Amino acid sequence: MHTVTFSEATLEAMREEMRRDATVFLMGEDIAKQGGIFGQFKGLPEEFGVERVRDTPISEAALVGAGVGAALTGCRPVVDMHFADFITCSMDELVNQAAKLRAMFGEQCVVPMTLRAPDGITKSAGAQHSQSLESWFVHTPGLEVVVPADPEDAKGLLKAAIRSDNPTLYFEHKALFPVKGPVPDDDDFVVPIGKAKPMRDGTDVTIVTYGITVTRALEAAALLEAEGIEVAVLNLRTLWPLDYDAIADAAARTHRIVVAHEAVRVGGVGAEIAAFLGEQCFDDLDGPVVRLGAAHVPVPFAPALQEAMYPKTPAIADAARRLARREL
Amino acid sequence: MATTLSSSAGPAGAERGLGLLRTMVRIRVLEEGIEKHFLAGDIPGFAHLSIGQEAVAAGTCANLRRDDAIASTHRGHGHTLAKGTTMRAMVAELFARTTGVCKGKGGSMHIADFSVGMLGANGVVAGGFGLVAGAALSAVLRKTDQVAVCFFGDGATNRGPFHENLNLCAIWNLPAIFVLENNRYASTTSTAETMKITDVARRADGYGMPSAIVDGFDAFAVFDALETAVARARSGGGPTFVECKTYRARGHYIGDPERYRRKTEVEDVMSTSDPIVRMQAVLSDELSPQQFEHLWAEARDEFADAVAFARNSPSPEQSEAFFGVYAGDRDPGDPVHRIAARERDALLPFAPSVGTGSQGSGH
Ligand SMILES: Cc1ncc(C[n+]2csc(CCOP(=O)(O)OP(=O)(O)O)c2C)c(N)n1
Ligand SMILES: [Mg+2]
Repeated sequence: MHTVTFSEATLEAMREEMRRDATVFLMGEDIAKQGGIFGQFKGLPEEFGVERVRDTPISEAALVGAGVGAALTGCRPVVDMHFADFITCSMDELVNQAAKLRAMFGEQCVVPMTLRAPDGITKSAGAQHSQSLESWFVHTPGLEVVVPADPEDAKGLLKAAIRSDNPTLYFEHKALFPVKGPVPDDDDFVVPIGKAKPMRDGTDVTIVTYGITVTRALEAAALLEAEGIEVAVLNLRTLWPLDYDAIADAAARTHRIVVAHEAVRVGGVGAEIAAFLGEQCFDDLDGPVVRLGAAHVPVPFAPALQEAMYPKTPAIADAARRLARREL
Repeated sequence: MATTLSSSAGPAGAERGLGLLRTMVRIRVLEEGIEKHFLAGDIPGFAHLSIGQEAVAAGTCANLRRDDAIASTHRGHGHTLAKGTTMRAMVAELFARTTGVCKGKGGSMHIADFSVGMLGANGVVAGGFGLVAGAALSAVLRKTDQVAVCFFGDGATNRGPFHENLNLCAIWNLPAIFVLENNRYASTTSTAETMKITDVARRADGYGMPSAIVDGFDAFAVFDALETAVARARSGGGPTFVECKTYRARGHYIGDPERYRRKTEVEDVMSTSDPIVRMQAVLSDELSPQQFEHLWAEARDEFADAVAFARNSPSPEQSEAFFGVYAGDRDPGDPVHRIAARERDALLPFAPSVGTGSQGSGH
């Protein structure tokens, strides 16, 4: 194991996969000259050249469209969206093209494209630079969706996304880039797509979560431990294909489930999980599935407002506590 | 570059020049102040400065009526001030206060002022093209002689909405004006890297839209080009494209390490082209140094007053985070209000208290 930042972990993944496979290339806005807004591309143009590390014009539709075309014809493009919010500028290319082609064309092709999308709420970036849009893509058949929670996930999931033959969205929370954590030394370390990871065990309640909210859930679990409540935390890692077995297993073990994410609660991934639990695990549950997510509002600019509209550690701890005490 | 200084001639020209200079000085003072307060931590979020580009905002908006529309960019302080928003309303917005023009919900990158026809800065590059096409269409449908102006950068012309909306405005002969601020860069990339042409105005030919290329450091030249364009649009003559050759004298955003250009490049351009210095030179026969100094002093006072106003204004109540999204959501009888109130009740008890100017991002 070695300790790196989340940003460096993604860099290791890029470097290793680009060395391993000459068809992997990277394109995006402002990635080559200053190493990316979060330092996540530093040194790549020097090592791999500007042929394979391409600064592009502000042309998101072309980036994703060309990514699909290159993926159809033997390359493994990694397309950086700059901010996840700008995926909206390339929705046809992603939703009508990338996601559909393999099925629609009778399995003649694969679309091994990775879309990197820095997302989430941080530093008053405002309504157009703060969104978490993952549930849209979970809802779209044909796409894979992964969300790393720490440097280990960051590296292992990015390598898995690049090696995957399916179009994969990789949502990386902006506030996670400077966070440090251990990463395995093995060059071939990948985090398998479709498998959740138990982060800690507990008998009273499981918090099912992903991305930056894993950290908040672990903090909540530590708080509750002091109160004698044993909280398990399940890090989903992949949102599609969703690890339903791990979720069912959590219900069988703790009988009480909180689902938490930073994305808008209404119609979010938590809704799919709650519905699954209600349909398939009803007999295992001793209480309602509690969902936490952001309010159904565009993220406001003022720090006081921004910090009020999505669940952080105290809200997650409160939900788990009340569920464990059968107050819900 | 066509710099016909027709509008600068005679006493009327001097009067106009003074107005343009005043606007440019106010923008400069505002933005230097924003820079200072951003670095001091008073302003959350991102801020992009238009220092060096003031002549475009001043020369354009001097041709517009209050009821004409503009759409701006992430670099929109100058456009907003020139269109008529007060410094108080702007600074309070940047300080995230309730008295801000967007109640503290927008900030620098999403500032708007509908009371003066300012349809918004935009966090999404090329977000303004459609808004302007629609505002111009609406002016026609409502049978007014209003015009709509889109400010945008060179980088924005590489996005699809540029193409779709310019074509639409051309075929429908809409009263739209496209004012390109070609400042040679889109963040870290220079125009030389992102397009094969140097005069972006050539793209207008592809839509059959008349165009002009002007010295964007010369507020009179911008004024003249816009005077023609606005007259054409108001009289039913359709859209115009105006390319202003200018330069971004600061980083892309406050804090940009600017590794993509040499420091001396900025100094070289600004030492010869600073639009304010140039206008002061043009007006030096008409105005005394004391009169110039008076303009600067006035602007500084206006900014100091705006900062004091912002500081004395409250931060929004945290319950405000849940309302103001849908028309009707403040009405307790409205279904959307009931949903919003439920979300407020679920989340508000856990809201951390946040000091003014701080930047919440922890767990
Ligand atoms: C659709 C979209 N893509 C990327 C960005 C990130 N971004 C913000 S400003 C900018 C550069 C814009 O360049 P230009 O249009 O020339 O305007 P300038 O910054 O020079 O004023 C970029 C890439 C964005 N905000 N929106
Ligand atoms: Mg530019």
